[in-house]
Amino acid sequence: MKAAVVVFPGSNCDTDCYHVLSNVMKTPVAYVWHKERILPKVDLVVLPGGFSYGDYLRTGAVARFSPAMEAVKKHADQGRYVIGICNGFQILLEAGLLPGAMLRNRTLRFVCRHVWLRVEDVHTVYTRKMAKGDILCIPIAHGEGNYYCDEDTLRLMQDESRILFRYCSEGGILGDAYNPNGSTDHIAGITNKKRNVLGMMPHPERASERILGSTDGRMIWESLFEG
Amino acid sequence: MMPTVQVTPELVREHGLTQEEYGRILAILGRTPNLTELGMFSVMWSEHCSYKNSKPILKLLPTRGPNLLVRAGEENAGIVDIGDNLAICFKIESHNHPSAVEPFQGAATGVGGILRDIFTMGARPILLMDSLRFGDLDKPQTRRLFSGVVAGIAHYGNCIGVPTVGGEIYFNDSYEGNPLVNVMCLGIVHRDGIVKGKATGTGNPVYYVGAPTGRDGLGGAAFASRELTEESHEDRPAVQVGDPFKEKLLLEACLELIQTDSIVGMQDMGAAGLTCSTCETASRASSGIAIDLTKVPRRETGMNSYEVMLSESQERMLVIAKKGKERVVEEIFEKWDLHAVRIGEVTSGNLVRVTEEGKVIAEIPAKALADEGPVYVREECKPEYLASVQELDLSQIREPKDFNAVLKKLLDHPSIASKAWVWEQYDHMVRTDTVFYPGHDAALIRIKDTSKGIAVSTDGNSLYCYLDPFEGGKIAVAEAARNVVCTGAKPLAITNCLNFGNPMKPEIFWQFHQVVNGMTAACEAFETPVTGGNVSFYNESPVAAIYPTPVIGMVGLLEDITKRIPSFFVREGDLIFLVGETFNEIGASHYLAIEHGLEKGLPPRLDLNREIALQKFLLEAADRKLLVSAHDLSEGGFSVALAECCFSPEGGLGAVIDRFDLLPAGLRWDAVFFGESQSRVLISVKPDDQEQIICLAGNDRVSIYQVGKVGGDHLIMGDRVKIAVEQLAAIYQHAIPRRIGG
Repeated sequence: MKAAVVVFPGSNCDTDCYHVLSNVMKTPVAYVWHKERILPKVDLVVLPGGFSYGDYLRTGAVARFSPAMEAVKKHADQGRYVIGICNGFQILLEAGLLPGAMLRNRTLRFVCRHVWLRVEDVHTVYTRKMAKGDILCIPIAHGEGNYYCDEDTLRLMQDESRILFRYCSEGGILGDAYNPNGSTDHIAGITNKKRNVLGMMPHPERASERILGSTDGRMIWESLFEG
Repeated sequence: MMPTVQVTPELVREHGLTQEEYGRILAILGRTPNLTELGMFSVMWSEHCSYKNSKPILKLLPTRGPNLLVRAGEENAGIVDIGDNLAICFKIESHNHPSAVEPFQGAATGVGGILRDIFTMGARPILLMDSLRFGDLDKPQTRRLFSGVVAGIAHYGNCIGVPTVGGEIYFNDSYEGNPLVNVMCLGIVHRDGIVKGKATGTGNPVYYVGAPTGRDGLGGAAFASRELTEESHEDRPAVQVGDPFKEKLLLEACLELIQTDSIVGMQDMGAAGLTCSTCETASRASSGIAIDLTKVPRRETGMNSYEVMLSESQERMLVIAKKGKERVVEEIFEKWDLHAVRIGEVTSGNLVRVTEEGKVIAEIPAKALADEGPVYVREECKPEYLASVQELDLSQIREPKDFNAVLKKLLDHPSIASKAWVWEQYDHMVRTDTVFYPGHDAALIRIKDTSKGIAVSTDGNSLYCYLDPFEGGKIAVAEAARNVVCTGAKPLAITNCLNFGNPMKPEIFWQFHQVVNGMTAACEAFETPVTGGNVSFYNESPVAAIYPTPVIGMVGLLEDITKRIPSFFVREGDLIFLVGETFNEIGASHYLAIEHGLEKGLPPRLDLNREIALQKFLLEAADRKLLVSAHDLSEGGFSVALAECCFSPEGGLGAVIDRFDLLPAGLRWDAVFFGESQSRVLISVKPDDQEQIICLAGNDRVSIYQVGKVGGDHLIMGDRVKIAVEQLAAIYQHAIPRRIGG
């Protein structure tokens, strides 16, 4: 499997994603500059974290208009894989590749720390090596991760098992005390109807090497590459 | 547009220049300066840019060492060789006055400024640290400043994608109204990729790159060189506004440009903006420089030449390109959607020559501005307060009845308590190199594609410096080194930020001189030279001067990162050793201040030979993998350090200390539990390694006491302390959030 990491002006997790894909997972990977209209021939596109275009208007609101996003939409329409992490997730929402919107964290403060995630569905290329109910320790780092969607959308996603990760306690219990940003239904990550696009606030690339404290994020890459 | 204002004695005074200094300007120019020229002299000869009051004292600090590639004062920041063809470049700077007036932007632009100092050298910034000081957190005014500063640092650092990996925060009344915001940045550079801030090569084009120029930060360097008064909030236009997104673009564009071998020099436009960057690059190269202000990109209309030359708008750099490489420069900045405008060229001769629409606006010898400012040897005298505050009759200090209560009180004090509320607002993991998170003795960053790690600690106990500036200066360096050593890394060099009151007051200047003497003694003993830093004077609120506050940023190298030592207990059953000697030292301690309400006495004595022996022992033990954990004893002494060892983020562990009988006789119990005797560390060791560690300590002539064991879920110290770790951890973690209200 080949991968590409899109670089927007203001992306700052682009090199981290590249490092994990290339040096840890040993996958061929290329950078794609946001002004490119055509993607290289790849299976996976990663929209990395950061502050695309400074995120001064609304997170991800400007990035969705970048030329590369046209190509990413086509790539997704063809059923190929797209992961948006953190700011990448916010861009996917703004671009309409995933439903819903991001609000500021409930505390109105940026938060960076490890959180616990419960795996809610394993019928995707991103979670297929996990078991339902697995608990993952993966860090978050965002100021706007308070996922919101209307009730119909939420019900639809629940019915279609499109919520892949929820914030939880170390033991897997859901509750406001374990939800770091106030997101609807404790949502940390979702997929689209075709199940080829993943958006998640936590950073799996920061939890893919033992020296960094957790390797739980590797499960996502392993599901993709070794499925 | 040239302002047509007559230079009068009042105007000279308003620019912070003395009659004598003005006379010197007249002699240099051989004529009366115009307003723009007066402004240029005023900012370049301000304390902030010229160090005119501190230079003779700063010369005392050792700046030579075997691994230094660029020494202090030669460039924007010093550079240290770390092997593998790599070097590190680091510096700390203050942004105290702007943060006092506008905490969010003041702190944010402090981060922006220090980042530029690093990447202007060709280094990629890989970590940030912040050393902060505030007044009493129970006061609403302090909470506003504290929350604003933290949010400002988070705003800038998080957006630009450089992790903020540590630092320290103290709360003390002396900072009421005059908080300290010292920001440190460290970058990494290939040895052959180092860029100098020099304008060499006559005819080479000079580019202005980055953000356009506005009126913000006008005269900020001069503003920073005054005391804060009730009217200081009226200086708000002197505080710059930061745009971390623009800086991110500038960072990437500059580093990309350096790869192309198209430039001879680069310098950020920080304090004193265009004036400083032009005269310093020309001065270093002993050349001249000519710029045309008509070409400078502007954000506002109607700016005159005075304003353009003195503006401190952020996110701007001066690039001296190689002749013939103009297109390369322009294309790279075009790619990053940034201005790159050729505003002039390097000239023969020695003048900074500024023109606008064909007219000469300013013409001044570069060296006169950059290097030949006045230097003063200030009057100093030992302050009268010392004799009375140093006096402490131990027999009058009653030992507490309830040691449990004292320990809880100490852990609840914001200066000692967990700072997670702060560092969880900072992205401390981006770049995926942070191995030790904030909360450890020192931050530890790996260097990808090598086995190396870089450990960094900032330290500076200002109460010690207030009560004994010489000893305080020594201890600041020693503790920073000890923190780095506790991770297993060998200290290499320091950067420093010296925060003091008004240097015109002989008592303040005496404090300054004494602290530098203390630092010098320690730096020489540890062979850790000073690579650069910053002096911040005039830190006085309307009430009084701050406590003298040297902040030391110590950088260490861990050759094999698999040998790193955490600060927390890891395994049940490990043996706990107290390394180093305890004395009846409670003067200047946090215990004395918090429990007895006294900021008095002499701080603990630091024996440099004993400290060197301790650090040597720790490094040998780390190298031989004999240490499971190591944690320095500092504020709150043995009991606080022991509690901190129990608060592992991976789940707490208890400890039982039952061998106080091993310690020397004649010690007060409060000195044993809460005293801050120096050169002490708590280590945990596998039972199998007990003999080896004792033997090693014996060889190194270091005192070592096997005082207890890791285990259980309580912290137990003899029959005086017994508290559940969970309860202690809750106090420690909630101390700051409960005061902030969230």
